[in-house]
Amino acid sequence: MSLFKQLTEKPWERKGVIGGLNPEGAFESPPERVALGFFLTIASVIFSMFGVSYVIRMSLPDWEPLAEPAQLWLNTGLLAISSVLFQWARNTANAGKQKNLMAAFIGGGVFALLFIAGQMLIWKDLQASGFYVASNPANSFFYLLTGLHIAHLLGGLWVWSKSSIRLLSGSKPEDVRLSIELCTLYWHFLLIVWLVIFAILSNT
Amino acid sequence: MAYVPLADQDSEMEMHHPHSWVTKYVWSQDHKVIAIQYGGLAIAVGVVALVLSLLMRMQLGFPETFDLIDPSSYYQSVTMHGMIMVVYMLTALLLGGFGNYLIPLMCGARDMVFPFLNMLSVWVYALSVIILMSSFFVSGGPTGAGWTLYPPQTSMAGTPGHDMGIVLMLLSLAVFIVAFTMGGLNYVTTILQYRCRGLTMMRLPLTVWGIFIATILGLFAFPALLVSAIMMLFDILLGTSFFMPAVIESGTPLDHNGGSPILFQHLFWFFGHPEVYIVALPAFGLVSDVLSTHARKNIFGYRMMVWAIIAIGGLSFVVWAHHMYVSGMHPYFGFFFATTTLIIAVPTALKVYNWVLTLWEGDIRLNAPMYFAIGFIFTFIHGGLTGLFLGNVVIDLPLSDTYFVVAHFHMVMGVSPVLVIFAALYHWYPKVTGRMFHEGMAKAHFWITFLGTYAIYLPMHYLGFLGVPRRYYAMGSTDFIPESAQDLNAAITIAALIVGAAQILFFINIFWSLRNGKKAGPNPWGSASLEWQTPDTPPKHGNWGDELPTVYRWAYDYSVPGAHEDFIPQNVPESVEPTADEQHFDPDHDASKADT
Repeated sequence: MSLFKQLTEKPWERKGVIGGLNPEGAFESPPERVALGFFLTIASVIFSMFGVSYVIRMSLPDWEPLAEPAQLWLNTGLLAISSVLFQWARNTANAGKQKNLMAAFIGGGVFALLFIAGQMLIWKDLQASGFYVASNPANSFFYLLTGLHIAHLLGGLWVWSKSSIRLLSGSKPEDVRLSIELCTLYWHFLLIVWLVIFAILSNT
Repeated sequence: MAYVPLADQDSEMEMHHPHSWVTKYVWSQDHKVIAIQYGGLAIAVGVVALVLSLLMRMQLGFPETFDLIDPSSYYQSVTMHGMIMVVYMLTALLLGGFGNYLIPLMCGARDMVFPFLNMLSVWVYALSVIILMSSFFVSGGPTGAGWTLYPPQTSMAGTPGHDMGIVLMLLSLAVFIVAFTMGGLNYVTTILQYRCRGLTMMRLPLTVWGIFIATILGLFAFPALLVSAIMMLFDILLGTSFFMPAVIESGTPLDHNGGSPILFQHLFWFFGHPEVYIVALPAFGLVSDVLSTHARKNIFGYRMMVWAIIAIGGLSFVVWAHHMYVSGMHPYFGFFFATTTLIIAVPTALKVYNWVLTLWEGDIRLNAPMYFAIGFIFTFIHGGLTGLFLGNVVIDLPLSDTYFVVAHFHMVMGVSPVLVIFAALYHWYPKVTGRMFHEGMAKAHFWITFLGTYAIYLPMHYLGFLGVPRRYYAMGSTDFIPESAQDLNAAITIAALIVGAAQILFFINIFWSLRNGKKAGPNPWGSASLEWQTPDTPPKHGNWGDELPTVYRWAYDYSVPGAHEDFIPQNVPESVEPTADEQHFDPDHDASKADT
């Protein structure tokens, strides 16, 4: 039933059981997926707030654009591969196959770790060249946004490590299917967030 | 499959069924125990904040007599009182306390969707309280920057707690937001997915609607506070200049340059204004249910009440800059925010009319919860009307820094939600404990609190008109404030001390009644909503015994013409409902009462 129709229902008129076992208006999804949907919305709000702050702060006169290191392109590639591997794992699990599932799922996490290592390498290089966090607001935002994105990835990797352990200890694809699906969704989300961050960091 | 009754799956139930004292009362995953932990801790910090306010009042009322606090600790008290009351008391008590207790019961569920996350939520909240309270014991004490924490003064040497105090405050807020998010995800998912059979969204009691929309507001608004807290921590700890402008402190230029304090204000109030409704909406919901039950009448205009909650929730995101008129803005912005502020008064006023119309021709039972609920209507109208004044730029500018604003926000979001909290605590106390409270003591508590708050805040409006500035440790002598203003100040302080002391009655009552109260029975108020229909009182772990309830009607079937009793519980099927032919028809209970 559409949301509008639900909200215009006159509850004092209708008596008796409405709907089947599922309550009317509930999503046809496991609660975990619904909760993840809400979480992704919250994370989007957080990143949007930083985005708005970035644009406002950029317009002030002391802003000195930071030349984005070329390695960011390489790191972006690593994260994209990570996302592709997760999608592969998801498709495999959905098909109920065991073959390649472990390689794809664990490989996805490993590439995310490589991405984080790559980002930290950039931080190190920037520090070595004298671009410290407090030297200019452009630098501050660079460290802040990349750091926040890494923090979100680390949260995902925690769930990934738990699911990986379950896979390694012999869980069947159908037992870990939901975890894999949610990880994949989260990884795609973080890839999109990263692409947006990359775009606004480059747009100085 | 969307509907998976948690405890109906044996293994799931086994997983979080308590086995020891520790898992039952400390690391409990039962939503009812978590609710009491949340509520108890929130009330405890609320008492700390109350004591701080009394210290301030003693200083303001009798500046020469008491020497309890100096100017620095006055500012620290203002700051901690405000922040604790708004975030750590009201938000935590209304959502963490009432939300946790009532959502699964009113939805006919066995527990929250994610009980472990729920347990984490309350303990992370406890951690945030510990961090906040620890700032009383660090060098320099807690921050005295005002609850709005505006930079640059938050971290400048003249502000008390500018080193450790502010860091601990920001850290504590960040931890609180993590706790709130864990709880909030649980509340919204439970309401959407774990309603029992037959319970459509429009059959939910307004309490659940209020908590649902308030939680969504919180999930969208708290990120703004988190973002500003992170950036301010960077400014303070790492020397960045997100918010800090070029500034000279005691003749020495600081290492900051070019930051925007106004940006912080926008972020803060983008959180801060919805926060008002994060507190208000659950209170609106709770009071609707208390009024309806004790008036023995369905809530007037249920659908409009739901729509108003949603409309207020949406509009609350486009009014934030009315807190910033004095910071200066383009006149068109001021016009925009003044207009949206006045528009939000429309659904809010609609709710007030509906509460009053619920009372109209009701079979009103003047029980203690009803006293508090009706008291709320008074204080809320009062605080709401002064809000209409302050929403206008030209009126706000001269009044903004005076006691008029103190009176306004205390009436509308201090006293009003607190009266609802008392109404709700007394109303649901029999379900939580299985005992009745002492009615006389509760009514005495009401009269002292209700009349006392008027004695405190009504005169403050006049002080505001006189131009008495807020945030001042001592007034000194001025040309424009008459000496009699000080008499009023002293009277306010006496009233505040009496109201503060009267709260002891509440604590005596709830603890005394635990053992000595009359047995309440399952449904002492004759309430139709689901939480009163549990097989055990207080409800046991899992809430519903062997079988989950099925819902056949909305939560407000009171005084239905021809019905056997003056309420029909939500889980009573039509076939069991006695018809008019079988019952004597009472002409006083005409059909218009049951129809909206």
